[in-house]
Amino acid sequence: MINTLKILKHQGKQFIKDVTTVQLNEPFRGRPVISNVKVDEYELINLCPVGAIKTQPIQIDLGKCTFCNECAIKFPNKIKFTTDYKISANDPSLLIIMEGIDKTIELNPDLIRQEISSFFHGSLKLRQVSAAGDNSAELELNAAGNVNFDIGRFGIEFVASPRHADGLVITGPISENMAESLRICYDAVPDPKIIILCGVDAISGGIFSGSPALNRNFLAKYKIDLYVPGNPPHPLTFINGILDLIKKRK
Amino acid sequence: MTMLNYITVRNNETIDFNSIPSLNYKEFMETNILFLKDSHNHCVNYFGFPSGNKLKLICCIANDNKARIKLTATELDPAASTVFPSMTARNLSFNMFERELSENFGIKYSDHPWLKPVRYAFNRFDKSSQIAGYPFYEMESEELHEVGVGPIHAGIIEPGHFRFICKGEQILHLEIQLGYQHRGIENLFLEKNNLLQRVILAESIAGDTTVGHTIAFSNIWESLSGYAPDDELQFVRTLALELERIAIHTGDLSAICGDVAYQLGSSVFSRLRTPIINFLQSWCGNRLAKGLIRPAANKYAFTPGLKDLLLKTLDEFEPDFNEMIKKLFHNPGCLLRFEKTGVVSYNQALEIGAVGMTAKASGLNRDIRSSHPIYLYNEINHQPIIKHHGDVFSRTQIRREEILQSINYIRTLLEKIPLHIQRKEAPFSPKKNSFTISLVEGWRGEICHCAVTGNAGELLKYKVKDPSFHNWLALALSVRRNEISDFPICNKSFNLSYSGFDL
Ligand code: SF4
Repeated sequence: MINTLKILKHQGKQFIKDVTTVQLNEPFRGRPVISNVKVDEYELINLCPVGAIKTQPIQIDLGKCTFCNECAIKFPNKIKFTTDYKISANDPSLLIIMEGIDKTIELNPDLIRQEISSFFHGSLKLRQVSAAGDNSAELELNAAGNVNFDIGRFGIEFVASPRHADGLVITGPISENMAESLRICYDAVPDPKIIILCGVDAISGGIFSGSPALNRNFLAKYKIDLYVPGNPPHPLTFINGILDLIKKRK
Repeated sequence: MTMLNYITVRNNETIDFNSIPSLNYKEFMETNILFLKDSHNHCVNYFGFPSGNKLKLICCIANDNKARIKLTATELDPAASTVFPSMTARNLSFNMFERELSENFGIKYSDHPWLKPVRYAFNRFDKSSQIAGYPFYEMESEELHEVGVGPIHAGIIEPGHFRFICKGEQILHLEIQLGYQHRGIENLFLEKNNLLQRVILAESIAGDTTVGHTIAFSNIWESLSGYAPDDELQFVRTLALELERIAIHTGDLSAICGDVAYQLGSSVFSRLRTPIINFLQSWCGNRLAKGLIRPAANKYAFTPGLKDLLLKTLDEFEPDFNEMIKKLFHNPGCLLRFEKTGVVSYNQALEIGAVGMTAKASGLNRDIRSSHPIYLYNEINHQPIIKHHGDVFSRTQIRREEILQSINYIRTLLEKIPLHIQRKEAPFSPKKNSFTISLVEGWRGEICHCAVTGNAGELLKYKVKDPSFHNWLALALSVRRNEISDFPICNKSFNLSYSGFDL
């Protein structure tokens, strides 16, 4: 007993007081900014391993970016990753970072369905489905619930059964072999329900995009409520994305 | 007895592909079975690839005493309706490899005991075989019942299906069906011809082993191009491997506590993992070290500031860790759940070719850091931690001791930090018609990558083997005659990779 108390005392308070304002330090890579400096565009778009960079004007699609940092290392005057971890969005167009524009990413309140704010703003139960995820986004989702990040304090929790859930958090590029199980799981979640894509692999297929072993048809059928970029997404990116989703629309 | 015909290589050595003796199948089989009669030898990889209208098979047997790997090859005609004798019938450690060959290329074996699909790869030989129709082992009896779990499990965890045959609460048999995570990685290595794309692929084989798999890939690439990693690269990789080990082992201890409902241990170990992965973020910007390991490059200098931060992190970690682990190992409720639960015997581990932590917990010394050392492991003179009971407790003890051992190694490494150097872009031109093998001891155990190049230095085959490929069978064996309620704790004590297996 005494030892247990000692451990508790030595551990002290480990939780992050305010997960919406805490600062991360460099070299953490959050939202990139692209300057107006002229560079060899051909070289720039070709070095990206996942085709996340496009031109006219130069832009990075965070739904495709693996945050490998290669573009910023090669063209430090052109691209810089800031530590802004609030990069979740509810529309794919919000994930496109344009040259010369340094603006925080905010959810579009008009796209948040009424029932999300009415039913889920105080309590949201989620079922996680790893559909060929590499276990990195999964580790970070687990971390979101640990004593440091403690997502449970907002009434957000991962549950075991889809029947107890208000929505799915999908990780991984969705393999053919998981396609059917994902569909069954989604069908088992009662309405109204939300879908969150967590990590670059889930959003665009990432480095696996185009692999014949995938089957991403599921995504074409339903509205996606939240995109959480990152490889893997930082727990703070996930938590802030969800908080905005359930609280933003008044 | 005639002279055996084979060639030996060292870890990370590149050789002319044609110098691997090509034997007829019978010789090939007898040679490799004979190798495994010596328990210092084990099969680290056995795979095939199409070559002309034939199928080329390569078998890699590591000799752990001499730090050498014995290679042999053979050629089959998959179109011919020949049925081959299986090596598995005489040595079980070939089991998964032969199942994989059969699934991918349609090789037929006359006496393989259990020729089942492995992962339903998209390019498998028989497309009519579907994951929903997996042929589970069945037992008929009014006294038995079956329990199916997965592919989607209760927590935030990768998918796989577990089918138990139980008598009351007792498990008689467990069959594990995988493949749900299959992304076609080996094929993508051939298709993506840009080096950075391949590195990102290696980082994504198993995200919890980012460092281990990416080092294996980098080693292959550097060796194929005749590039010797300098002091700084060796330092970075050794350090990163040990940090990954500490982080995941600590997280595993949290999960193990969670599965016996020991809340204090679960919370404390989970939060102790945080400063370690946050250190990785301070170093390379990513908590799981994605971006850190690159062939012939280090993009993140290990500065004196990072050295101080790491020493401080470890100084704070160690007393908290020791206090908690001591408490855990004195908690009778937890010990009761750990001891004699999920036992894998030495003989079983040897027979199935177990590697890494799983092998070491059963008294089998399998640790690439000491048997085929690379980088600074040559100086560290690593002594593997071996336990003998093969139960959940042994596997928990290994984590405790390996964490403390890794901390010591890191402190030693930090005494001599090589200078950060600006390297020129390495002109990578993989040697043509070559073969390279790389072995790396990740936190789970032995990772093995192999590459074969063709006439223009292009990749003909890239083979990835995660330690889980050997070890899933150990989990299935360990739960026999255990209560089904002990399955989660057994599973966590192995913590095997789904994505690393499914590729
Ligand atoms: S950081 Fe993103 S945009 Fe830049 S090269 Fe890597 S994947 Fe492409």
